[in-house]
Amino acid sequence: MKIPEQTACGLMQKIVSGELSAARVAEEMTAYARELNPKTNAFVRFHDPSPSGDGAVSLPVALKDNICVRGCPATCGSRILSGFVSPYDAGVVERLKDSGARVIGSLNMDEFAFGSSTETSAYGPVRNPWDLGRVPGGSSGGSAAAVSAGQVVWSLGSDTGGSIRQPASFCGVVGLKPTYGRVSRYGLVAFGSSLDQIGPFTRDVADCALLLRIISGFDDRDSTSVDRPVPDFPRLLGRGVKGLRIGIPKEYFIDGIEPDVLGAVREAVEVFKKAGADVREISLPHTSYAVATYYIVATAEASSNLARFDGVEYGLRAVPDKARKAAIVDMYETTRQKGFGDEAKRRIMLGTYVLSSGYYDAYYLRAQKVRTLIKRDFEKAFEDCDLILSPTAPTTAFRIGEKTSDPIAMYLSDIFTIPANLAGIPAMSLPCGFDKAGLPVGLQLMARAFDEETLLNAAFVYEQKTGWHKERPSLKGA
Amino acid sequence: MIDQKTVHQIAALSRLHLEDAEAVRLGKDLEGIVAYIEALKALDVSDVKPTSHVLDVENVFRDDVPRPSLTNGEALSFSVESHQGFYKVPKVIE
Repeated sequence: MKIPEQTACGLMQKIVSGELSAARVAEEMTAYARELNPKTNAFVRFHDPSPSGDGAVSLPVALKDNICVRGCPATCGSRILSGFVSPYDAGVVERLKDSGARVIGSLNMDEFAFGSSTETSAYGPVRNPWDLGRVPGGSSGGSAAAVSAGQVVWSLGSDTGGSIRQPASFCGVVGLKPTYGRVSRYGLVAFGSSLDQIGPFTRDVADCALLLRIISGFDDRDSTSVDRPVPDFPRLLGRGVKGLRIGIPKEYFIDGIEPDVLGAVREAVEVFKKAGADVREISLPHTSYAVATYYIVATAEASSNLARFDGVEYGLRAVPDKARKAAIVDMYETTRQKGFGDEAKRRIMLGTYVLSSGYYDAYYLRAQKVRTLIKRDFEKAFEDCDLILSPTAPTTAFRIGEKTSDPIAMYLSDIFTIPANLAGIPAMSLPCGFDKAGLPVGLQLMARAFDEETLLNAAFVYEQKTGWHKERPSLKGA
Repeated sequence: MIDQKTVHQIAALSRLHLEDAEAVRLGKDLEGIVAYIEALKALDVSDVKPTSHVLDVENVFRDDVPRPSLTNGEALSFSVESHQGFYKVPKVIE
């Protein structure tokens, strides 16, 4: 069995036919994941194999380290959660275990999902399997790199402003952010509660459809979970795209996109045209305001969500070094100073600022209003098209350290992914070629709320006609 | 303009202790980011309603029926310090 070449659906066929045993697959894949980890740093820990594995989908899976697994640590890539062990399974973990999956480990991430490069993790940066000197994207960089390198056949991440799609693009894998409300967030450590969604990373679209079906569905422990039927996504693939109206938003083709990215996306458009899609230009007029809107809404929510890390109920507790007896506020402030990294502090401070008295209307309320305009842009656009196509990110993977000293340059790498979170719509990234340096380029598709079906179906057509997903990374580079 | 006084005010509201060098660095970063988000002021939003929840759904409450949850001991087992079934913290009142 050549592990890096397998897909989940392929492996399951081999297990069903008796060619491979589920136990052997799990054993070999876990050994391979461990062996490769010093190169990628994608895993932050391996769990004792969960005792399940007899269900329909008995394959190993790994999860971003902000998803809780009973009896296992969940650190969100932060020192402040050191020592925490989850007393319960997240909703998605219950669904995975019910399907028979074996949760083999937790994956590296930007601290509390704050970042676009997985460099802010307390566990050190993840390395991109296509060039180990480059970032895998973020914040779900471990989830993307692990699938790309073949350490695991599929994984879960979370996406608040592009944290599934941008790393999928940088690592040459498929990543999907479901509609807000489609997948339970019970047991996902909250970042931006009006934006966060859990979603799959896979090597191809068929696996993505299957994993999405497994994790989707109503959960009354998440008040934003939506109670509606989950389509059988894998069975709905293969309908073709003849007559499908695909919109190309003119505002997404701006200066600053790397020429090779632009070229690959333009070629993808031609593939869809040849397959019979009706491609047309559309407009999303408020696109240029999305990043600013996001960094107000998301940091405001984050500053509130992260207030719970105070050294009392769980995780790190620190007191001032000075000998004098510390009062409770000194303990809070020292715990948070020592527990949070730079980017977490930046975002907590920014979020506190935009919510503070005298600034609330000028920043937070205004951003919520601009969010309405961005959402309306999409509603209007979807009157004229069924799917929106764009690059996932303006560039391919950048070098480790290249953008760490410039927060805004880092934030702008999510410029094309943020709008879908603000509008709550589903969106995915899939491989659409390589730049001159051999780094993967990602194609983003966005659809109407709860229309993951159209998204997956179009992605499947594209994948069948191109085959980019079959390329495997070198695992080389400084 | 985000001066050092403002930085320390925000830090206090955020319950973050900052060393002086850290406060200077964060102040500079925040100033840049706030200048960037000022771009939203170019839009007229006087007639626009704010979006706090993105889907047109109402909050759903589940039935008010007791379910098993963590025991007192389980909940306390994750804390650094507890005492007789309570969390223990440093002195609240001097």
